[in-house]
Amino acid sequence: MLILTCPCCGVTGEETEFHGGGEAHLTRYGPGSSDEEFQAYLFRRENPKGVHFERWRHVNGCGKWFHAARCTVTLEVFGTYPAQTFRPPEDLLERIREKRPGWRWKDFS
Amino acid sequence: MKRYSAFAVAREAFRNHLGWDRAWRAARPKDRYDVVIVGAGGHGLATAYYLGRNFGITNVAILEKGWLGGGNTGRNTTIIRSNYLQDASAAIYEKSRSLYETLSQDINYNVMFSPRGVMMLAQTQHEIRGYERTAHANALQGVETRFIGPREVKQLCPIINLDGPRYPVLGALWQPRGGTARHDAVAWGYARACSDMGMDIIQQCEVTGVRSVGGQVTGVDTSKGAIACSKLGIVVAGHSGVLADMAGFRLPVESVALQALVSEPIKPCMDVVVMANTVHGYMSQSDKGEMVIGGGADGYNNYTQRGSFHHIEETVRALVETFPMISRLKMLRQWGGIVDMTGDRSPILSATPLSGCFINCGWGTGGFKAIPGSGWGMAELMAKGHSPLTAEFGLTRFAEGRFIDESVAAGVAH
Repeated sequence: MLILTCPCCGVTGEETEFHGGGEAHLTRYGPGSSDEEFQAYLFRRENPKGVHFERWRHVNGCGKWFHAARCTVTLEVFGTYPAQTFRPPEDLLERIREKRPGWRWKDFS
Repeated sequence: MKRYSAFAVAREAFRNHLGWDRAWRAARPKDRYDVVIVGAGGHGLATAYYLGRNFGITNVAILEKGWLGGGNTGRNTTIIRSNYLQDASAAIYEKSRSLYETLSQDINYNVMFSPRGVMMLAQTQHEIRGYERTAHANALQGVETRFIGPREVKQLCPIINLDGPRYPVLGALWQPRGGTARHDAVAWGYARACSDMGMDIIQQCEVTGVRSVGGQVTGVDTSKGAIACSKLGIVVAGHSGVLADMAGFRLPVESVALQALVSEPIKPCMDVVVMANTVHGYMSQSDKGEMVIGGGADGYNNYTQRGSFHHIEETVRALVETFPMISRLKMLRQWGGIVDMTGDRSPILSATPLSGCFINCGWGTGGFKAIPGSGWGMAELMAKGHSPLTAEFGLTRFAEGRFIDESVAAGVAH
């Protein structure tokens, strides 16, 4: 079972305590953007086999949204961090690079 | 290829069964093919089969990373139905269901298609209205379904509990010609027929890259060397995003694990397929006697082929309410498959930004029933560049807003 730590309230809980919110760091295109851009925001996903950045909500807890970096193959959680950011914290990226040599942040957001 | 028949079984019975051929050749990859299909699951093999049968294209290789039919084709709950609301969905799924009717004769391989009937329970007023609407739509589409009352539900499935504490059974959408088939046999039968047409099925051959020149696909790199091709079909379900990444585009697809489980085998007690969408569970009985149970999909992306435990708990809880007699059954096996969920939960059968490269994915939680129809449409699309069956399922629909407004792959109950 997937175990996450909420960075907002500090509680560590099983996945039933949280609710997944899909890929994080999407570029949110608004009015005036092209069909292609809007489609990318609404539907196109990285869907990586490996390191995935995603949104979670501590739904049966403090109710806050946060981000997590997780491996979609092993379910290893590299870390969680507050959602008020455009890219993951540098120390987290460094930790992932150590564990997954050759991996790099793609700067899609 | 020697034909399978009752006579052949009798003949071999007198020869210690030494005369059976291998069902398909173990092929070594050639340098070049007209068409390379990635993924030797049901959809990939069916695509190859109809390319050969309907269009005479037989210089085809089907590449498989693992073993043939070892992905979702061997992991589903084998349900076949076509009771969809939208015309585009009904067309391709009904084509598929009707092909299943004669598939065993067509490919000379017993796929054990059993049109035992599928019922989708209505357990809320909302579901009654929804299913009545679907029944009307199906009448116009030429798909035989009807809405039945609780008494008929009980007649068709005596082990059901109509007066569940939370959700009583108020009726059902009944498709008498829906049912089940042997999933492995579908893959093996298509593989045998493809091999017989001279196609190469290459297992344990992982595609590691897609080659292109000037926006035109020229071949693939694999763990068994480079293979050139004029047309490439990507039919890899859960790993569609990985292949799309190699081909240089992104898909509106996310991969999650979907689970199923089977009980210990028991005597025949249920000769229909029952799906209960409100409580999220569905069940049928296999020919071996196991109760085959479909669970829910995980709520987050993953490639684990395992699934979260609490989904089993939810599914089994719902089914024990609906079928009290299963509460004493022991569960025998549980497994997961990686399903590819699109933004509108309908499949994608489409050309791609890379010329000559076609993709067939997004069947999500309901791909098995679609295998013959999907292969039929995909073959036409790859051979001619367009197909009436696949026209509505293009990749561009997401930019154009032409979604197929139907939870074909709803994440549960397929």
